[in-house]
Parts: sequence; structure tokens; C-alpha cells
Amino acid sequence: MNEIEKTEDCCGHGGEGCSDMEKKARDDKGLGMGVIFFIVAFAVCFLSGWLVFPKLLYSSKEQPFNFDHALHVSEMDGCDSCHYLREDGTYNGIPTLESCMECHDVEPLGETEDEAIFCEKYVATETEVPWLVYSRQPDCVFFSHAAHLNGKNPMDCVSCHGHIGESEKCKPYEENRITGYSRDIWGKNIWGIKKNPWDRMKMDDCAECHLEETGHQGACFQCHK
Amino acid sequence: MKQNNKQAHKFGMVIDLDKCTGCGSCMVACMSENNVPVKEDESDKKDSITWMRVYKLNNNKPFPETEICYLPRPCQHCSGKGDHGHSPCVSVCPATATDYDYSTGIVSQIYTRCFGCRYCMGACPYHARYFNWWDPKWPDGMESYLSPNVSPRMRGVVEKCSFCFHRYQLAKEQVYYDGEERIEDEAAYQTACTQACPAGAIVFGDLNNPDHQVTQIVKPNPHPEHDNHDVVGKSRNPKVFRLLERLGTNTKIYYMSERKWVRKLGDNYLDGEWEKADNHHGSSHG
Repeated sequence: MNEIEKTEDCCGHGGEGCSDMEKKARDDKGLGMGVIFFIVAFAVCFLSGWLVFPKLLYSSKEQPFNFDHALHVSEMDGCDSCHYLREDGTYNGIPTLESCMECHDVEPLGETEDEAIFCEKYVATETEVPWLVYSRQPDCVFFSHAAHLNGKNPMDCVSCHGHIGESEKCKPYEENRITGYSRDIWGKNIWGIKKNPWDRMKMDDCAECHLEETGHQGACFQCHK
Repeated sequence: MKQNNKQAHKFGMVIDLDKCTGCGSCMVACMSENNVPVKEDESDKKDSITWMRVYKLNNNKPFPETEICYLPRPCQHCSGKGDHGHSPCVSVCPATATDYDYSTGIVSQIYTRCFGCRYCMGACPYHARYFNWWDPKWPDGMESYLSPNVSPRMRGVVEKCSFCFHRYQLAKEQVYYDGEERIEDEAAYQTACTQACPAGAIVFGDLNNPDHQVTQIVKPNPHPEHDNHDVVGKSRNPKVFRLLERLGTNTKIYYMSERKWVRKLGDNYLDGEWEKADNHHGSSHG
């Protein structure tokens, strides 16, 4: 009865009102679908943005061969036996083949597979190892190891580089396909959460520590070139 | 750090225009030191980039009184009105891509921060800033000659003389290695143009260090001038002047010449103003 009444009522007001009502009812149904579609699409986009995009953005490369830091630290005497300040105050960074050959020769010292590769491919042919540098900053950045090691508040290697000296395996080098920078600069955490000081090394991270330690972020040219 | 203090350096330069022969060695040295790209047509001054540029001045007199003077013009590293660090370019940059370093007195330019609005170029009274209309292109094989201490610039950003700041950074590393506090030795930090000048016309050093030659030549007045409080650091040497000094930009490039007409060209004087300025300078220093 109700329906008839409704229809009559509608018709009483004229044909136009009736079709409006029907339209409205249909629209409501569409709105519900729209909300569901929005939520699903949002979830898909959100997840692909946060889970798939980083995979697409970063390429993963392996080092030429594995380097066992832990083994070398135990054989040698701390980080600075290979990574040291030169006499002019500049930093040698990753040692050249020449410094490796102060100990290594064409004949391997140990029995690891990696050393065999090193001796055969690089020492024998006197080719520099094309290491991929995790901590390489963009080329507009000037970083002075001397200032941080010999300055007023000397720092440990660990404060910025983490416990790399205790690692036995080199992790894959992840390179940003757009900028060409190492992922260690931006940091692994896609949310931008930093648990340790060495988790990422962006300008803000440098500035944060500078503000704390020196009371000022410093002028641009302090770290830019 | 926010203001000049006694510990701070104030690097500056005095260029003896009577010694300058206009050979252009400073320009060449600057370009190769700072990875400045060479253009196909270097004579196209709308496109070419010259951090250090030698201008040719003449006294506008007919032969035989004609005289010529060459004026090398790097970035003037203005300290701004009253020596407070408000350089014309720094004040206008909307991106903070250029700032005034209170510890060295050097005006920086951060290429990765610059987005190329060129407001600073309009603000600079000395035309010391250049815009990269194109990506740099080096002749084949020349890329391996680039200095790793200076980052190359891309198209769409402004660049300028940095007083070879990377050399300061390297000098600072040496100081840290030696366990010293600050750079005292004049020779530890010198710009490429200074070292390249065969006539020894350029003297570079710390204007806050009385032992440095530049300070001894310039003898800067640490107090503001009586008639214009914006001007600080005016030279007490009557032969020394700065470009457009009365603007109060307080540049750190001083020029030196025995010749009056050269000194007069250092600013835009109205009728009668030059005589007054000249007499004033002459009388106050005997």
C-alpha cells in the first residue's frame, strides 16, 4: 500500500518529482560503491607506494666480491690501519690496491673464496677493485674526516658508520635509480624513522648533530662545495 | 656564529691596478680551478661564465694622453650595510641558496639549492653572478681534468666566485691534522687567481689578521664612517678604494692605484662629489 501511496503522492506533484526521487535512490547506491572503490583504490595506491615503489626506485648491486670486515679488524689493529688521515689532513677513504698489497700478494694468505677472487682478478692484473661506496655523499658535499676525528670533540667511527667493523658480509649496494646516490644516504626506513645515528646521513642529520654539538648549524659553505 | 666575532676570519683581497697587465691569467686559472665550462663562443657575454673577469678601463682622453687600466673583478663578497652580513644577493635569495659565512666573511652559493630565479643577479651591483643557460659541456677527454674539490653546476642555476672556498676547506683539514686551532699562515689559503697572477697584482689574506699583507696594505678602518654609517672597513690608505663604496655594500675586494682617474672610476660621482671625496681622503691621511 505504501508503495502505491508513494507513487500516487509522487504523481500528485507531477512527473518530474517522481523521476528525481528515483534518480536520488540510484545515486545513493552509487555513492556506496564509490566509497568502497575509494577505499580499495587508496589501499592499493598506498601499499604500492610504500612497498613496491622503493623496490622500483632502488637497484640492488653486489660488491665485486665479499669483504670480511670482522676478519680484517681481528688481523689488523682497528679501523685506522686501513682507513686513515693522510698527512695533509685529507682522508684516504677506501684503501687503494697498493695499500692492500702491503699484506696481500698474488698467492692468497688465507683460504677464503673471496680472497682467491681478489688475488686472481685484481692483484695479479694490478686492477683497482671497483668497490661500491655505501656512504658516498653527493658531489656538492664536503665532508672533513679530520674535523670530526681531530676536532674539539673527537668522534668514533661507529657514531656515523655503525658497526660495519663487525660485519662479515657486505650487504647489497642499493642505488637510487634517479639520483644515483646510495640508499644509506636517505636511509632504509621508508617512514623516515631513525633509530641509530648511522641509519641515514642526509643534510638534516648533519645539521641536527652540528646544532647539538656546536650550537649552530654552520654556514652553507662549511659542508658544501 | 650569527655575528662577526674576534675569532672570525674576514678574507679579502687587494688588487694593485697599476701592476695588472690585463693578461687574463687570473681568469684562466679561475676557470680551470673551479670547473667553469667553456662555451663554443666565449665572446658571447650573455652565455659565457667568468667568475673572475678583467675589465678594460680608459681615461677617455685623446692621444697622447690616453691611458688604459685593467680591472679584474671577482665576486666582491659584500659584508652588507654596517658589516652585518646582509649582502645584496643574500638578502634577496628566496631559496637561501646563498648565505654569508660569519666565520670567514665569504658569500656562498649552493648550486643544489638554487632554483634559478636570478633575483641575486639583479641585486648584485657588480655583475659578479652568472646564470647557467645550458648544461656544461667539456671538450672530449677534458672531464678527467676537472677538480674533484669543486662540484660542477647544471643548467638553471646561478654561480659565482667562491674565493676558492674548497682551498679553505683543505687548509682547514691540514689545521685539524696538525692539531691547531685556526688558519694563521697566510700561504695556507690562497685563491687560484692570486697564485696565477704573474705580476703579483693580487694580494689575498685575512683582513682581521694584522700580520697578513692584505691588512697591512689596506689598513681597514674598523669603525663606521662619520658621514655614512653604512660604510665600514674603508681603507685608510689613500690609494686604495672599493667599487661603489658609498652604497655601503662593504666589499672585501679592495683596489689600489696611484692614478686619480682610475680611483674616480670606482664609483659614480656627481659633479663636484669626486673633488670632495678626494680631498677628504687626502686631508684625513695627510
